[in-house]
Amino acid sequence: MRRSFADYALPLLVFLAMIGLWEALVRINDIPPYVLPSPSLIGVTLVKDWGTLSGSLLVTLQITFQALLAATVGGVALAILFARSRWIERSFFPFAVVLQVTPIVAIAPLLLVYLDANTAVLVCAFLVAFFPILSNMALGLASADHNLIDLFELYKASRWKQLILLRLPAALPYFLGGLRIAGGLALIGAIVAEIAAGSAGQGAGLAYRIVEAGYRLNIPRMFAALVLISASGILIYLVFTLLSYVLLSRWHDSARERGL
Amino acid sequence: MADMLSLRGVDKVFATGAQALGGLDLDVREGEFLSLLGPSGCGKSTALRMIAGLSQPTRGSMEWRAGRPEIGFVFQDAVLMPWANVFDNVWLPLRLTGQSRAQSAVRIEAALELVGLDGFAKAYPRELSGGMKMRVSIARAMVLRPALLLMDEPFAALDEITRLKLNNDLLRLKQELGATVVFVTHSVFESVYLSSRIAVFSARPGRVVAEIEVDAPLPRDDDFRLTPLYGHACKEASDALHKAMGEA
Repeated sequence: MRRSFADYALPLLVFLAMIGLWEALVRINDIPPYVLPSPSLIGVTLVKDWGTLSGSLLVTLQITFQALLAATVGGVALAILFARSRWIERSFFPFAVVLQVTPIVAIAPLLLVYLDANTAVLVCAFLVAFFPILSNMALGLASADHNLIDLFELYKASRWKQLILLRLPAALPYFLGGLRIAGGLALIGAIVAEIAAGSAGQGAGLAYRIVEAGYRLNIPRMFAALVLISASGILIYLVFTLLSYVLLSRWHDSARERGL
Repeated sequence: MADMLSLRGVDKVFATGAQALGGLDLDVREGEFLSLLGPSGCGKSTALRMIAGLSQPTRGSMEWRAGRPEIGFVFQDAVLMPWANVFDNVWLPLRLTGQSRAQSAVRIEAALELVGLDGFAKAYPRELSGGMKMRVSIARAMVLRPALLLMDEPFAALDEITRLKLNNDLLRLKQELGATVVFVTHSVFESVYLSSRIAVFSARPGRVVAEIEVDAPLPRDDDFRLTPLYGHACKEASDALHKAMGEA
């Protein structure tokens, strides 16, 4: 399927039109910046405060990716363990579910009691990113073609070889789907935990900048930080979508362009 | 021909309580082309899986005369690894016995040539037609030069023309490799065309209710379908099948 120019141009035009409308509404109605800043003012603030904001962006991204890395290693390892033994899966999966269904906002204050602020934020981001990777990976490992499993058994393949040559490749599309969800969630987890920690006067991530700017009624800076958070989320999503495409386009239907 | 394998009084009851086989007696003779013919759900696939060692009898005995030979297995679907190209798919049995890609290259090329797929080593399964995928599957089963080839309705999902072509190729392959073949099918015509012997299965529980010898030398070609012997054997197999299904 070839994308025509209009496929890209139309959404872009609509987006720009909405920004223009915002700008116009603020100017025509003379809305003060501490109520609603115009897009141009947010842009100016972004440039002017870049020194402060970029440092915070780096901190937030660092936490997000550290958490994602830990969630990936932990989730994949635990999923492999689950695939090896039903007994382990039955015993430990409930814990994973409990962690998943308990809102992270509710856990964050508790973690801040036990851990220092940076570690607590990291753990929060890890907790929300962990489950999608674990559950998708477990599903992927279990979804290997049963006939192929029979074939490996026929040739007396060890469980290790079955894992490496069959179950892991079969799980790859599921894992990448989980990673895409977990990437966004890790960012959300980091922000939520930062807000919890920031309100206690600690941390230096983007969420802390929002809270801090809020106290000072610096609304344009709040918006500027928000723009950076959104952009980070979009970027994370795009990176993992691209990764999926690169790894799967040769063989998996999800990354296949449909011929018409 | 000497017996390669004997199954005597074999029962198979699954954990669900369903009985797939009951009192199955079956011999596989060295060098023959044996078809297991029967209606769907009569346990012929279960019998094949048992021969492959993928399923164990609940009761009864299964004896190899000279030990378990090298076995190749072809499933109803091609069952290829979609993430691996044709070369790597055919490499799998060799890889699992510890052969490197380089060590295996000659045998893989030979296997691909045998099934008429030379030049497709780099292709991925999804780029191939159903018939070509099945050829890859057969090449994979053949690459270790098994003495016994087990096939579970391998051509059932293919169109008629591809199926007839693959029937002929299979007979040629069997001749070149000198392998014994056990072939599961629900097609009377296919079983008669391919087999030196047909075991007709009855369902619930699965067992062999008739054996038919097809006394024409292998390999055969399309002219065989025009001979009286082919017609007779089809009639005989068809009658046995109807009887097995309780219709006669």
